[in-house]
Amino acid sequence: MKLILHIWRQKSRESPGKMARYEVSNVNEHMSFLEMLDVLNEELIARNEDPVAFDHDCREGICGSCGFMINGVAHGPQRGTTVCQLHMRHFKEGQALWLEPWRAKAFPVLKDLMVDRSAFDRIIAAGGYISVNTGGAPEANALPVDKQKADLAMDAAQCIGCGACVAACPNASAALFTSAKISHLAHMPQGQPERRRRALSMVARMQAELFGACTNHGECEAVCPKGIELENIARMNREFTKAAWARRDEVAGSGRRRLLPRSFP
Amino acid sequence: MKLDARIPSGPIEQKWDRAKFEMKLVNPANKRKYGVIVVGTGLAGASAAASLGELGYDVDAFCYQDSPRRAHSIAAQGGINAAKNYPNDGDSVFRLFYDTVKGGDFRSREANVYRLAQLSANIIDQCVAQGVPFAREYGGLLANRSFGGAQVSRTFYARGQTGQQLLLGAYQALERQVKDGRVRMFPRHEMLELVVIEGRARGIVTRDLVSGEIEGHAADAVILATGGYGNVFYLSTNAKGCNTTATWRAYKKGAAFANPCFTQIHPTCIPVSGEYQSKLTLMSESLRNDGRIWVPKQRGDTRPPHQISEDERDYYLERIYPAFGNLSPRDIASRAAKRVCDEGRGVGPGGRGVYLDFADVIRRLGRTTITERYGNLFEMYERITGEDPYAVPMRIFPAAHYTMGGLWVDYHLMSTLPGLFVLGEANFSDHGANRLGASALMQGLADGYFVISYTLGHFLAGGKAGDGVTADHPEFRSARRGVEDRLQRLLSLQGNRSVDSFHRELGHWMWEDCGMARNRQGLESALEKIRALREAYWKSVKVTGEEQAINQALEKAGRVADFLELGELICRDALEREESCGAHFREEYQTTEGEALRNDQKFAHVAAWEYAGENAPPIRNVEALEFEYVHLAQRSYK
Ligand SMILES: Cc1cc2nc3c(=O)[nH]c(=O)nc-3n(C[C@H](O)[C@H](O)[C@H](O)COP(=O)(O)OP(=O)(O)OC[C@H]3O[C@@H](n4cnc5c(N)ncnc54)[C@H](O)[C@@H]3O)c2cc1C
Ligand code: FES
Repeated sequence: MKLILHIWRQKSRESPGKMARYEVSNVNEHMSFLEMLDVLNEELIARNEDPVAFDHDCREGICGSCGFMINGVAHGPQRGTTVCQLHMRHFKEGQALWLEPWRAKAFPVLKDLMVDRSAFDRIIAAGGYISVNTGGAPEANALPVDKQKADLAMDAAQCIGCGACVAACPNASAALFTSAKISHLAHMPQGQPERRRRALSMVARMQAELFGACTNHGECEAVCPKGIELENIARMNREFTKAAWARRDEVAGSGRRRLLPRSFP
Repeated sequence: MKLDARIPSGPIEQKWDRAKFEMKLVNPANKRKYGVIVVGTGLAGASAAASLGELGYDVDAFCYQDSPRRAHSIAAQGGINAAKNYPNDGDSVFRLFYDTVKGGDFRSREANVYRLAQLSANIIDQCVAQGVPFAREYGGLLANRSFGGAQVSRTFYARGQTGQQLLLGAYQALERQVKDGRVRMFPRHEMLELVVIEGRARGIVTRDLVSGEIEGHAADAVILATGGYGNVFYLSTNAKGCNTTATWRAYKKGAAFANPCFTQIHPTCIPVSGEYQSKLTLMSESLRNDGRIWVPKQRGDTRPPHQISEDERDYYLERIYPAFGNLSPRDIASRAAKRVCDEGRGVGPGGRGVYLDFADVIRRLGRTTITERYGNLFEMYERITGEDPYAVPMRIFPAAHYTMGGLWVDYHLMSTLPGLFVLGEANFSDHGANRLGASALMQGLADGYFVISYTLGHFLAGGKAGDGVTADHPEFRSARRGVEDRLQRLLSLQGNRSVDSFHRELGHWMWEDCGMARNRQGLESALEKIRALREAYWKSVKVTGEEQAINQALEKAGRVADFLELGELICRDALEREESCGAHFREEYQTTEGEALRNDQKFAHVAAWEYAGENAPPIRNVEALEFEYVHLAQRSYK
């Protein structure tokens, strides 16, 4: 199979980028998309050209390293699939594909298809955890957890932090990512003591990182390789609002103070 | 070289308590004066960095990915062992200890393994407290399943993503320390050299993978938690970036490398589909709880599986190992698969595959239950192969997966270089010649959460904080220069072969001559081929791009250069170990039934290799292993 690739080439964060056209032949239908790019890169190296940079590691759809736009869709045409797990049998002979990096102000392009997603780590650092130090944890079965709750927590916890949700969102919002962690921990009894504080500080961090606001387009859910549901965003909003009422002082820094009723003590 | 394992005295069940009591402590107010470097943020590294930060040490943590959350531990699927005995099926600390020593074919250190089994229960407590969403029963308590090499259910899991959930727990704890300013995180930084000053590990040299800058980082102790070296086989279940660079650099600076030939081939992976293949995908061992492994009885039978009737099938694991059946340990299951394929009974393209069949269990328990247990694995299989495993049996074949060998460490997890500690898959410690399923996650977290915090304190308390060694020290300067020269050399060769083509060739020789079965002749020829390949590499490898920028080709080039040296040490170790044990199967040494035949008289020891310089063969040092609690016996899973 032969393909025409138009790939975003950008040397560094500072330099301007542009699309470049390549042809790859010898594409086997059993190859993954990244293996197809490996073939292209081998050819580029043979021609003394700079290979295309893209993040990847596990190639099993779990580390969240990989990801770029294929014809305007984050991770390409196959639902619930990262590009490393996308196989070439889903493409046609002679097809033209446009590959571009995630585009968002909070994710600056570092090179070609590679972006800086460190904002995600900072959102987690803002409160995406349960504050227990090592040692001194109580016996695991001392705290039964409703199976249904544990399953819901697991559904949300499956997020791989790839950033497709941000790339797909017209507002470049990180609401799906942030809400997945807030939901995971809010479902667990262990997450209760810090529940309110967590919602406030993670949302505040998300806004400070230049992600846009969520206006319920739902594009994020459509492209999420792990099927993280939109419902999480609704839960985050509820968690945030409840927390904001209860802890009005702490919200001051988050930029959402104006949303609160003035008469509230 | 002197190998003192520093095993505490006393009965095995008291050793760890005794050691903890005897260890020196660092005054809480002084901890922040000690700088500690942690390389790697997998289960071992993230848990160590977080725990040390909590204690108050000044920690710098490094990983090559763009976020610590992406370390390769994230890919672990099946589960984590712990001797909780929740199912009331006869488990205990002693049984987990016993299974691990036996599973490792009596090539691990009893005291370390016992401690691991003791700590296993604390790990589950810790992870549950962090909010890890483990699978639960309807009553709200934790669920368990079985893994290979055990007859009890002691494996805790979070669907098919246990590693992911455990790592996210550790990562979140780490990010909490980052926020509190106790840990400085350096993602996209690759360690390229270890710095040793006056015989002590004092820091590392890294390359910033974005700017290309070569930097020195000084500390009072260095912890390597950089994972395994399975990628020496090129095709493996490891992530593409997994490498030996950190451990290999440490080896060349004086840390002994133990049992490098103990490499595990996992029986259930998706078979290779073509030349372009860049990695292999594991299908978790947990599938062997419910799947049945078979091949046709007849050679060269190419009929589709549904046309092969029950009595024409050979469920060979159930037949040969009735007691453990499909849950036989990995080394045994892998070799059995190789044997039936060598007999011409393999299935799929090239006859390199066996069936893993779920028809029976789907009939018995229904599709929903199976989806709940393994849904994501089935999906992954279908995505990769285009076949529906609910309808047709999976095709699987063994693949390189895990490395039991690694840097030698004592009971304190310190290498032969003072101040250099090694945790997780990067060390050699607990799994002997074969690791049991769901035990790597356990070991990584035991090392990182519960062992290092004590042993590091003991080491640091013995010295003095703040002796003024900084990254400007002449040793750092010369190490930086060494790294730069090497990178420049790689870039300037401008040869005609890509890095990948060399890596692929190395992997091919390793797999053929030093894979599931080894023999003298093959190993000797592999040694020659690898040497020649390495020479060719340094003449004709082609690395494009520049040093002061993102350059993935250059990153790979450095890693493959190190694999080319390690490959030779692996073959040498395999050659010198004239016995079969666990995953190390020398064809010359087998029982009449084709099982591994150990030679305890000559080889009940750890081989710890010492680097002796560019032009001298490495020195093989020996740590004798004593078995006081589990008696040396031939393993039997029949
Ligand atoms: C597909 C798969 C499934 C598995 N399933 C299970 C399972 O179900 N149960 C089980 O117990 N075990 C399982 N294992 C094994 C287990 O996952 C690993 O042994 C374990 O996670 C290793 O953890 P680690 O912390 O030692 O290293 P890793 O998680 O590999 O982390 C290594 C870290 O070191 C960093 N690093 C490496 N080199 C450098 C360098 N030069 N410079 C800077 N940083 C560096 C990396 O960035 C990374 O952060 C599985 C393994 C695989 C491959
Ligand atoms: S490379 Fe890990 S998710 Fe794609």
